[in-house]
Amino acid sequence: MSMMAEQRELRDDALNGLQLSTHMESIWRTPSGFSGALMSVDHKVVGRRYIVTAFAFLLLGGLLAVLMRVQLAKPESTFLSADKYNQIFTMHGSTMMFLFAVPVMEAFAVYLVPLMVGTRNIAFPRLNAFSYWMFLFGGCFLWISFALNVGPDVGWFAYVPLSSLQYTPTKRPDVWAQMITFTEVAALAVSVEIVVTVFKQRAPGMTLDRIPLFVWAMLVTSFLVMFAMPSIMVASTSMILDRLVNTRFYDSSSGGHPLLWQHLFWFFGHPEVYIIFIPGTGMVSAILATFARRPVVGYPVVILSLIATGFLSFGLWVHHMFVTGLPQLGAGLFTASSMLIAVPSGLQIFCWLATLWDGRPVYRTPLLFVIGFIVIFVMGGLSGVMVASVPIDTQVHDTYFVVAHFHYVLIGGAVFPLIGAVYYWFPKITGRMLSERLGRWNFWLAFVGFNVAFFPMHILGLIGMPRRVYTYTADMDWAHLNLLSSGGALIFALSFALLLANVIHSLRNGALAGDNPWNASTLEWATSSPPPPQNFDRIPVVKHRDPLWFDNESLPVVAGLSAERREVLLTSLAEAEPQIREASPEPSIWPLLTAIATTVFFIGSIFTPWAVLWGTPPMAVALIGWFWPAGHKEDEE
Amino acid sequence: MRQTIVRNVGDLPTYGYGPQSGPWWGAMGFMALEGMGFALAIGAYLYLYAVNPSWPIGATPPDLWPGTAEVIIYLLSIIPNEMTNRAAHRQDLARVRTGLIVMSLIGIALLVLRGFEFAHLNTRWDNSAYGSIVWLILGLHTTHLVTDLGDTVVLTVLMFTRHAKPRRFSDVTDNVFYWNFVVLAWLPLYALLDWVPRL
Ligand code: HEM
Ligand SMILES: [Cu+2]
Repeated sequence: MSMMAEQRELRDDALNGLQLSTHMESIWRTPSGFSGALMSVDHKVVGRRYIVTAFAFLLLGGLLAVLMRVQLAKPESTFLSADKYNQIFTMHGSTMMFLFAVPVMEAFAVYLVPLMVGTRNIAFPRLNAFSYWMFLFGGCFLWISFALNVGPDVGWFAYVPLSSLQYTPTKRPDVWAQMITFTEVAALAVSVEIVVTVFKQRAPGMTLDRIPLFVWAMLVTSFLVMFAMPSIMVASTSMILDRLVNTRFYDSSSGGHPLLWQHLFWFFGHPEVYIIFIPGTGMVSAILATFARRPVVGYPVVILSLIATGFLSFGLWVHHMFVTGLPQLGAGLFTASSMLIAVPSGLQIFCWLATLWDGRPVYRTPLLFVIGFIVIFVMGGLSGVMVASVPIDTQVHDTYFVVAHFHYVLIGGAVFPLIGAVYYWFPKITGRMLSERLGRWNFWLAFVGFNVAFFPMHILGLIGMPRRVYTYTADMDWAHLNLLSSGGALIFALSFALLLANVIHSLRNGALAGDNPWNASTLEWATSSPPPPQNFDRIPVVKHRDPLWFDNESLPVVAGLSAERREVLLTSLAEAEPQIREASPEPSIWPLLTAIATTVFFIGSIFTPWAVLWGTPPMAVALIGWFWPAGHKEDEE
Repeated sequence: MRQTIVRNVGDLPTYGYGPQSGPWWGAMGFMALEGMGFALAIGAYLYLYAVNPSWPIGATPPDLWPGTAEVIIYLLSIIPNEMTNRAAHRQDLARVRTGLIVMSLIGIALLVLRGFEFAHLNTRWDNSAYGSIVWLILGLHTTHLVTDLGDTVVLTVLMFTRHAKPRRFSDVTDNVFYWNFVVLAWLPLYALLDWVPRL
C-alpha cells in the first residue's frame, strides 16, 4: 500500500458520533436478504444461531427424556418397545452431550467472548460460520436418521463389540460415529477461534490479569477441547473403518482389542464433563460478581483452579473402567486423582460463597439459578467422590445411582448456570428483559422438579435398578420411586416450557434493557443492546479489571482504525499492547458451500470408501473459493 | 457512553509476521490439535503392540527404503523452505516464487514416494490390527502432506497473480511454518512404523 493510498483512507478519527456509528455499521453489517443471511460471518449472528439451534436440540433431547420417564413410570409398561427404548436413550444421551451441552457453551462463547474482550469480530470469522453449518448438518443428520429408524441404539459411548458389524449389522452405529465427526470438527474450529481471539484481539490494556473470568473459563475449555476431542475423532474414525473396510482395531480374533475403544473414548469422555462444566463456572463467576455487587473474591485462585481442573481432567479417564479389571496400583492411582479433582472445584466454591458473603446480593433470577447450581453441584460432587472409590463403583456401576450422579453434575453443573446465563445475557442479545415474575416460577419449578426427578434415582440404584432397561417387573418394588421420578421429570420439563414462553413473550413485550441493565462491570455492557454490527464504534482501552465499575461515565478508546473496510486491532499476548491493524474477512458464501461439500463427503464415507475419491475434490474447490482473495477490499488487506 | 480518545493506532502496520499475526496463532492451534491426534494414534499403536504377544502380526516389517528416502527428503526440504521464509521476510517476490515452486515439487515427489511406501508396508489394513493401525497412521500423515501441498500450490499460483500484495508474504511464512510441522511429525512416525516392528 503506497503512502498516497494510506493518506486517502478514511479513518475513524475523522468521524464522530452518529456519523461514525452509521459509517461503521455500513461496513460491518451482514448483507440483507436470504442470501445475505447465508453469507454472514458476524460472530453475533452466528452465535445467536448456534444458541438457538443448541436449545432446539435440548428440546428434542428433553422430549426423549420425557418419553423414557413415561415408559418407566409404571412396571411392565408397553408404551415403548425395547428396540425403541434403546434408540431413545442413545439418542437422548448423544443429543444432550454432543448437540446441546458442548455446542451451547461454545455458542455463548462465540457471541460473548469478542464483546467481552472488546473487539469487533471473532478470529477467523469464516471458520466460525463453517463451524455452525457443520454443527447444524451433523445434528440434522442424526435426527433425520432417527426419523428413518436408523437412529443409533448402542448407548452414548457405543462400546465395542456391541457396536461392531458382527453384533450390529445396521448403519446405526455409523450414524452415531459420523455425527461425532461433524460435531467435533465444529467444536475444534470454535476452540481455535476462541484461543486466537483471546490471545490476540483483546482491547489494549486488557492484560492477562484483567481478563474477565468467563473468558478465562472459555480459554481453558478451548484447550481441553483441542486436546481431548482428537481422541474421539481417532476412535470414531477407526470404528467406521472397522465396519466399512474390515480393519481390525477392535476385532480380538485378529490382534485388536475392545478395551482400546474404552481408553480412546474416555480419554475424551472424562474431559468432556469438564468441557461442559468449566464454561458453567465461568457463567457463575460473571453472574455472581454482578449480583453480589463486588468482584469475585480470589480472582487468581479461581483462574488457577480452572487451569488445575483442566490438567487433572486428563488423568481421570480410567475411572470409567474400574470394573474392567485394571492392575491394583493403577486403580489406586486413579482413585486418588479422581478425588484430588474435588480440591480445585472446592476452592472455587469457597471463592463464590465468600463473594456472596461479602457482597450485597440482589436476588434476581440469574442469581437464583446460580445458587441452585451451588446446592445441586455440591450434592453431585459428593456422589462423585463416592463413585470415585473402586469398591463403591464396583457395586453401583451401571445402576441408576450413576444415572442420578451424572445428571446432578451435568444439569447442576451446566444447565442451571446456563439458564441463569440466559436470563443474564438475554437483554444484551435481544435488547429486552425477560420477565422476572416468570423467571422466579421458572427457577422454583426447575429446582424442585429436578430434585424430585433425580434424587430417587440414587435410591433406585442402591436397591439394584440397572440403567438402560426398558422396563421392570412389579415384584421389584421399584414402582413408587419411578413414578415419583417421572412426576419430577414432568415438573422439570414444565420449567423449560415456562422459559420458552418467557422468551417468546419478552421478545415482543419485555422491558427495554438499555446498555447496562444490571449495572455490570465487563465490556459487553459498554455497547448498546443488541450490539451494532461493529460491536464498538471505537475499540475500548482497558485500565482496570472491572472497567465499567472503575468509570461508568466515559469509556477510554483508541482511534485510527479504518473506516473504509473491516479492521480489527491485534495486541500482544501478555500486555495487550497494540501491534497490528489487521483486516477482518467480509461475508462469504464459501463457508456454507464448504460445509455442504464436507457433509456429502462425511455421509458418503459411511457407505463407501470411494467417497474419499469423489468427495474431496468439491471440498478442495470450495476451500480455494474460501481463501482466494475476491475484489479490491481483500487485496488491500 | 461518552468516549475519550486516549490513543491513536493509525500508524500501526496492517500485517505482521510470526507471533504478531493472527493466522500464525491459528496455525499453532491446529498444529497442537493435530499433534495430539498423532500422539493418540501413536498411543493406540503402542497399546496394540503391548497387548499382542507377537508384532508385527502375521507380516514382515515394512521395507525400509521408502520411509528412509522420505526422511532424507523431508530433512533436506528444510533448506529451501527456510530460504523461502527469508525471501518472504525480505518481500523478494522473485525468490518467493522460485521457493514456492521448489517446495511444490518436493511435495509432489514426497507424495509419489508415499505411494511406494503404502505398497511396501507388507501388510493390508484388513490383515490384522497391526495392519490397521499402520495404515491409519500413514493415512493420517498423508492427509497432512496433501493438505499442505494443496495450500502450497494455491499460494504459488496466487503469487503469480495481481493478488501478490505485501501481506501475502505473511501467508507464505505461515505456510513455511506449517511445513516444518509436517516434517517434524514424520520423524517419530517413521521410527514407529519402520523400526518398532524390528525390535
Ligand atoms: C429433562 C431432563 C432429563 C431427564 C428427565 C433425563 C432422564 C434420563 C434417564 C431416565 C436416563 C437413563 C436412561 C437409561 O439408562 O435407561 C438418562 C440418560 C442419560 N442422560 Fe438424561 N435426562 C435429562 C436431561 C439430561 C441432560 C441435560 C443431559 C446432558 C447434558 C443428559 C445426559 C444423559 C446421558 C449422557 C445419559 C446416558 C445415556 C446412555 O445411557 O447412553 N440428560 N437421562
Ligand atoms: Cu469421569
